[in-house]
Amino acid sequence: MSPWSAVLVGSAVAFALKLAGHLVPRALLEGARTRRVTAALPVALLAALVATQAVTGAGGSPVLDARAAAVAVAAVALLLRAPFLLVVVAGAATAAGLRALGWQ
Amino acid sequence: MSAGALDRSVRSVVLRQGLSVGVATGAYGVSFGALAVAAGLDVWQAMALSALMFTGGSQFAFVGIVAGGMSAAPAAIAASSMLGIRNGLYALELTQLLGVRGLRRLAAAHLTIDESTAVAMGQRDVRAARLGFWVTGASVYLLWNAMTLVGTLLGNAIGDPRTWGLDAAACAAFTALLWPRLRSREAVGIAAAAAVVAVAVSPTLPPGIPVVVAALTALLAGRAPRRPPT
Repeated sequence: MSPWSAVLVGSAVAFALKLAGHLVPRALLEGARTRRVTAALPVALLAALVATQAVTGAGGSPVLDARAAAVAVAAVALLLRAPFLLVVVAGAATAAGLRALGWQ
Repeated sequence: MSAGALDRSVRSVVLRQGLSVGVATGAYGVSFGALAVAAGLDVWQAMALSALMFTGGSQFAFVGIVAGGMSAAPAAIAASSMLGIRNGLYALELTQLLGVRGLRRLAAAHLTIDESTAVAMGQRDVRAARLGFWVTGASVYLLWNAMTLVGTLLGNAIGDPRTWGLDAAACAAFTALLWPRLRSREAVGIAAAAAVVAVAVSPTLPPGIPVVVAALTALLAGRAPRRPPT
């Protein structure tokens, strides 16, 4: 698959998913059970993303490196009610600092 | 929610919220642009992802997977699409709130992302929610695309984005997006289960797919009876 076709197909699917949500009849989503699942989906997706990006290395095996430390610092910043941008900068600075000191 | 005229002070609060979220989120478009070129995409392909796919999590997942080679393109599309499902879920909530038709509905669909939804849902008044959605969506869109371009151009100049912790910036940003959702014990349980599942299956599945498998833990929420309000 060429890079361009991958970019365009991926983008088309992303837009179709957004649009589909705007076009679904509301009656289909009234069930309490369905609502709980749809409300929980972003939580599961974001947690899985954080976990895989922070603690898995090449080949998918678990590793503890500067990224895990960055997420820990981000969590502390969030506990202290830091704004979004500060959380992101603190995470990046932690990883950059640790790597500059030679810790991967 | 009332649909009356929007108070001037409410209006300025919503504008400030939307613009600050736009600046904060747009800033890490630099990280995306730099990672995209490091993954082997050219400037135009990176820009096309920001302009057309326009959903940060999906874009990061996409370039993270194609960094391993274009043979992984189908997995990259699968992963970015699975992550994009949540935008469809946000749209379900937003469509009633925004009440738009035709071309404006297409524009609303394109701007349906974490940040625009979060700001819209955070308002008490329907007019404030609409304003919050459009201001946040538009400011994130403009800045995200501008900063993606900056990131692609700086990408080679700044060398490995990891040196600057840009990969960790994405992890921190996702943590910040997840954080406000962890208010209930049930949400914390689902997040923990999803994280454990994702890490556990990572060594045996292609990149991107573990997130998709972990998303199934959301089904746990369908089982758990909601506790009655105290």
